[in-house]
Amino acid sequence: MIEALPPGLILILGALLIPLLPKRWQPGVTLVLPVLGFAQVLMLEPGISHQLRLFNYELMIVRVDRLSLVFGYIFHLAAFLSAIYALHVRDTVQHVAAMIYVGAAVGAVFAGDLITLFVYWELTAISSVFLVWASRTEASYRSGLRYLVIQVGSGLLLLSGVILHAYSTGSVVFDRLIGDDGLLSSASPGVVLIFLAFGVKAAFPFLHNWLQDAYPNGTITGTVFLSAFTTKLAIYALARGFPGTEILIPMGVVMTLFPVFYAVIENDLRRVLAYSLNNQLGYMVVGIGIGTALSLNGTVSHAFAHIIYKALLFMTMGAVLYRTGTIKATDLGGLYKSMPITTVCCIIAAASIAGLPFFSGFVTKSMVIDAVGNGHLTWIFLGLLVASAGVMEHSGIKIPYFAFFGHDSGIRVKEAPWNMLVAMIAGAALCLFIGLYPAALYSILPFQNVDYVPYTAGHVLTSFQLLIFAILAFAVLVRTGIYPPEKRGINLDFDWIYRKALPALIRWIATRMGRVGKRLSLLTEILAGRTYRLIYRLHGPEGVFARTWTTGAIAFWAVLGLFGFLLLYYWGR
Amino acid sequence: MNDEKKYWLDDSRNVNRLYWGLVVVCVLLGVADLFVHRHVHFSWESFPNFYGFFGFAAFWCVVIAGKNLRKILWRPEDYYDD
Repeated sequence: MIEALPPGLILILGALLIPLLPKRWQPGVTLVLPVLGFAQVLMLEPGISHQLRLFNYELMIVRVDRLSLVFGYIFHLAAFLSAIYALHVRDTVQHVAAMIYVGAAVGAVFAGDLITLFVYWELTAISSVFLVWASRTEASYRSGLRYLVIQVGSGLLLLSGVILHAYSTGSVVFDRLIGDDGLLSSASPGVVLIFLAFGVKAAFPFLHNWLQDAYPNGTITGTVFLSAFTTKLAIYALARGFPGTEILIPMGVVMTLFPVFYAVIENDLRRVLAYSLNNQLGYMVVGIGIGTALSLNGTVSHAFAHIIYKALLFMTMGAVLYRTGTIKATDLGGLYKSMPITTVCCIIAAASIAGLPFFSGFVTKSMVIDAVGNGHLTWIFLGLLVASAGVMEHSGIKIPYFAFFGHDSGIRVKEAPWNMLVAMIAGAALCLFIGLYPAALYSILPFQNVDYVPYTAGHVLTSFQLLIFAILAFAVLVRTGIYPPEKRGINLDFDWIYRKALPALIRWIATRMGRVGKRLSLLTEILAGRTYRLIYRLHGPEGVFARTWTTGAIAFWAVLGLFGFLLLYYWGR
Repeated sequence: MNDEKKYWLDDSRNVNRLYWGLVVVCVLLGVADLFVHRHVHFSWESFPNFYGFFGFAAFWCVVIAGKNLRKILWRPEDYYDD
């Protein structure tokens, strides 16, 4: 019976049962559902199923291939780990939203056509916003609204694109959408709109701010869920529809670079992680842009490893927030004394994201960088190297250093709750497992004819050189006092445009319009006054039309009129 | 507060040891470069300890750039609360 349902639906339908259960049992259900879903994915056979005819279009609700399967595995795994992490939560809304969100993301990666993709695409948006709103603060409410508008907007872009695409090609199959030349400029308008829709969810530059805005406002456990699915669904969609799209290469490099500078100066450590997430997506986008088997394997494996270490980073910061009540770098420090296990897990996640040899990021990110090297893209290569040093800065060092070491804040708390510890230890173990035994991950990647060996003496050495010298730079900067101290405050980003500039512009226009309106009504008044006075002059008691005329005069005018008429008649004949 | 356990890192001499240990590791990594054959994509990669120097410089520049960006981008925490 389990295989009769499309993947993802187990979680969505299961989520609807959660509110019927007592609050104590609800977290248990969120643990069971990903396991059931995972079992189902294991049973899936490659191919297309659940076909349906809607109007003139053939829908393929389920399409199973190697690309969708990798994402199917990791989404269930991430859901399971996040559910363990959230076992202590007694909030029906969060459990239901999280499970629908995961189910929708799973459904989307198995969707074989663009209409099914659209439905799941919007469902991820609508369900996930509740993980932000569940913080139940004014800030999270506003932030969630902005998030929802942008996410639903992405769905509308997708829908418009799909309609145009279906109209021009007669097909809604979700497969490679970009032409063989890899140029967006020669793609149809429908395909460009679909590309933009994916770009919003993938947090392309200037379309990215929803991420840094909403994720730090999510609940402690909700943000762990959020970090895994939305953006990686977009990466999947780009890898499916736009492999080899040239513009993605420079775009990806920009994505790896600009968040790095923000992460250096950001005080909210969960927002630092959101910037760092954006930066990691950049590597995946570059891999898609190159579009070779090696680079696409790199993208997919990096997404896989990334989901785990990024969730783990958000878990450790969540644990800190849960115990201390703050996540501001200015208020934290020295927590390794009270939360040693969380500290170790955080360091393992940090080493993984930085790409230190023997940790997961090393065996995945290097495939993308190697593919760039093979293509001899010098500037892209150098850009990614700078970004790698940047990752070492914000995620490798800043996160663990300011939370757990650095200046001792004097905060003494208990270690994280047991369920959080279990989830974190499992995540850390997976980071090490992938790093030490990459063959397991490599065996499930989409392209099997790629022979990539991450552990060569040269590669290990250069990675250590890059990263350990970067740590040395940090040590020197701190010792010499050049390293900027943490500072309370926020930093302007592109969201300033729609949070400050646009509202101000609208207010400005509104006041201007008000003034114009006042002038218009003044003008009307003057004109009306004049007209009135004219009418009064002509028709008023003293007016020319109000005079009493004698019968004789009337007769005279009548005769004159008739005479004029006669003349006209005579000449006109 | 005084009877709290003293940690290894609380002693500034140990922090110094860590720092100089790091320097030693870096020197070793630089020297190792002369002995390990590495596959390069670009000719400039073969410069001795290229990755070490690049990592140090890139990290330094990122931090300095961020420090200067803050001068332009920093706003008080309640900036958006209008």
